[in-house]
Amino acid sequence: MTEKLDHLIGAPFGRRAFLKGAAAATALPALGAMGGRAAAQDVVNLTFWAWTPNTQKQVDMFNASHPNIKVTLENVGQGGDHYTKLRNALQAGSGVPDIAQMEFQNIPSFRAIDALLDIGPYGANDFKSQFVDWTWGSVSEGDAVYAMPWDSGPMGLLYRADVYEANGIEAATTWAQFGEAAKKLATDKPGTYLTNFAPNDANWLGGLLWQAGWRPFQVNGTEIAININSDIAKSTLAYWQDLIDAKAVNTMPAWNNEWFTAFDNGSHATWVAAAWSPVLLTNVVKGSVGKWKASDLPQWKDGEFITSNWGGSTFAGFKPTQHPQEVATFAAFMATDPVGSKMWNTEQYLFPVLKGLLEDKALMGTPYEFYGGQAVNEVFVKSASAVAPGFQFSPFHSFYEGQQNDFVAAALAGQGTLSDAFDKLQEAVVTYANEQGYTVKT
Amino acid sequence: MASVAMEAAKPVARRHGSPVPRLAPYLFLAPFLILFLLFLIVPLGYAFNLSLWRQTMVGGLKFIGAGNYTKAFADPKFWDGVLLLLRYGLIQIPVMLGGALLLALLLDSGTVWAKSLFRLGLFLPYAVPTVIAALIWGYLYGPNFGPVTQIFQYLGLTPPNLLGQQLLLPALANIAIWEHMGYFMIIYYAALQAIPEEMEEAAVVGGAKAWQYVIYVKLPLIRGTILVTATFAIIGTLQLFVEPYLIQNLAPGVINQNYTPNIYAFNLAFVNIDYSYSAAISFVLGGVVAVISYLFMLVSNRRPRA
Repeated sequence: MTEKLDHLIGAPFGRRAFLKGAAAATALPALGAMGGRAAAQDVVNLTFWAWTPNTQKQVDMFNASHPNIKVTLENVGQGGDHYTKLRNALQAGSGVPDIAQMEFQNIPSFRAIDALLDIGPYGANDFKSQFVDWTWGSVSEGDAVYAMPWDSGPMGLLYRADVYEANGIEAATTWAQFGEAAKKLATDKPGTYLTNFAPNDANWLGGLLWQAGWRPFQVNGTEIAININSDIAKSTLAYWQDLIDAKAVNTMPAWNNEWFTAFDNGSHATWVAAAWSPVLLTNVVKGSVGKWKASDLPQWKDGEFITSNWGGSTFAGFKPTQHPQEVATFAAFMATDPVGSKMWNTEQYLFPVLKGLLEDKALMGTPYEFYGGQAVNEVFVKSASAVAPGFQFSPFHSFYEGQQNDFVAAALAGQGTLSDAFDKLQEAVVTYANEQGYTVKT
Repeated sequence: MASVAMEAAKPVARRHGSPVPRLAPYLFLAPFLILFLLFLIVPLGYAFNLSLWRQTMVGGLKFIGAGNYTKAFADPKFWDGVLLLLRYGLIQIPVMLGGALLLALLLDSGTVWAKSLFRLGLFLPYAVPTVIAALIWGYLYGPNFGPVTQIFQYLGLTPPNLLGQQLLLPALANIAIWEHMGYFMIIYYAALQAIPEEMEEAAVVGGAKAWQYVIYVKLPLIRGTILVTATFAIIGTLQLFVEPYLIQNLAPGVINQNYTPNIYAFNLAFVNIDYSYSAAISFVLGGVVAVISYLFMLVSNRRPRA
């Protein structure tokens, strides 16, 4: 037996040499080809991660008008999953896309880990004057530009006009009215709720608290003031706690099939939402298209009109990219191209951040089938102009979201009130910020 | 006595005492060893090194030696997760292995018609990817529109909240049992096939009833297989991740950031951006798994040596 093996080991002088020769032979033409290819037109390949439905349309438009740049769109998940994958890729040092969807609330977090590409040197500042001021302020610092604003999320009430009519409800203009209507509806029609208070929708709750005057973070370099359980937060939470205790609102978890179904079949009559919300509904709530209407966000005090922003995304480039100029070109196109940027609004319900579009009366007056023909942009223009200024996000937003969701969900599951939850949240975040080396003021 | 037997068994063919070590066995082992080193040992080494440092957003990377481990040992979030898994395992493992054993014995008893059909059918859930299984069961458990709820409502009874605090653990156990029972059944069935038929004939001749034959002959003979599968089941249970992670958005009040140790480690790394502490937690979990498996094997091997 050993003899046979020896034969096999010693034998392939001929075969090994042949293999070596074959490898060398194939290498030569390849080297020749490389030299040849460099002289011809190089197509730059970019990878773009985004989850907004139908983004492919504008990507196709870009690819068609820029033959030497080819952008491939990938959807790697919505929200949290998307940011997790980004952080993985950045930590691993490979697999990072050239450009990705980045919501306004996450920009500080990715800047804190030095992941965002400054596209200022590549011509981004040429577009500064086209954008609404606060959006440009959120993506830039001086001449450095870290992302191009894509859409914003001024908040309003999206409600089922048919359910409101059937139950004699008028769209509330104050939160007091809203609360009364909620309690009445829950008693009159068990199983139908005026709205849903989700245990796992941190950014939504954040938007509501923002409207009430909540300012949880003030960041100044490595100093951070943390005020999560402020009095404003507690009184707003007390309002919702009252509705929850009275079973006037539904507390099912958000962003899953059951929750979308509840909107579709009218179990949730209202969605306190942002301008972009319908784009996510249209894919799922097929039965209720045309039955929705939008109205102003209810107010805390009679006579004032203050709103907030929930979400809104940008196009952010990443430092590891090999093609910073092309990234800047792509971001600018997607955000400012006259045809493409209009489409974001008319076809995808995204609320514009371009001053030109906001001043376009015809566009702002477009009727939407989803809203039964209502010119919904007018509602959101009014809301966008009343967004309360001065709100800052933390540089560890994903961590914060997870913690807020945990504590709020525990409260809704019976372990204390929402106010208690925010006290615990304050403690947890202060501990984390200290551990991470920030100088914390409370 | 033993050495004489060994002498007799030596191969006669070995005429020359070759001083050169035989290459062949190592060449055969090489592919496995290379992959083992590359994908198990090297990552373990990397992770262990990672766990000795600490990266903060302000201040960067610092070496802290065993600092992460002291923190892990005192971390209630981690130990709560371990306790949860012990409770989960107490439900899941006996039902899963017991059910698998029962099914294997049934299939082996010769009283079942269309055996292959049942074998395949019972094994099929194992072929369903865990992600799909979690999604299916998440839908089935849906407290508002899921089939279980609808059936209870149709019968006029209050539907149980399978995603609520009380019932979530058994509900998760149910998913794992559904997935793996078929797999263990196949293993037990194969072990039962190895029992020679003469045993059964001898038992019949000796006057044993069917159930006595099962308990006093069959089970002891496959005892080794049962213990091995139990060890694997324990190791698997202590690493529970996929099912609760995927159902998290359906039961956010119960499944939080540190529901099981693996979910905790995952969130530490990818949400809290605390890779070093996550690595330490993973190693401590590995230690816990090793200790519990060892204890289990000690307890199960406590028979007197002949």
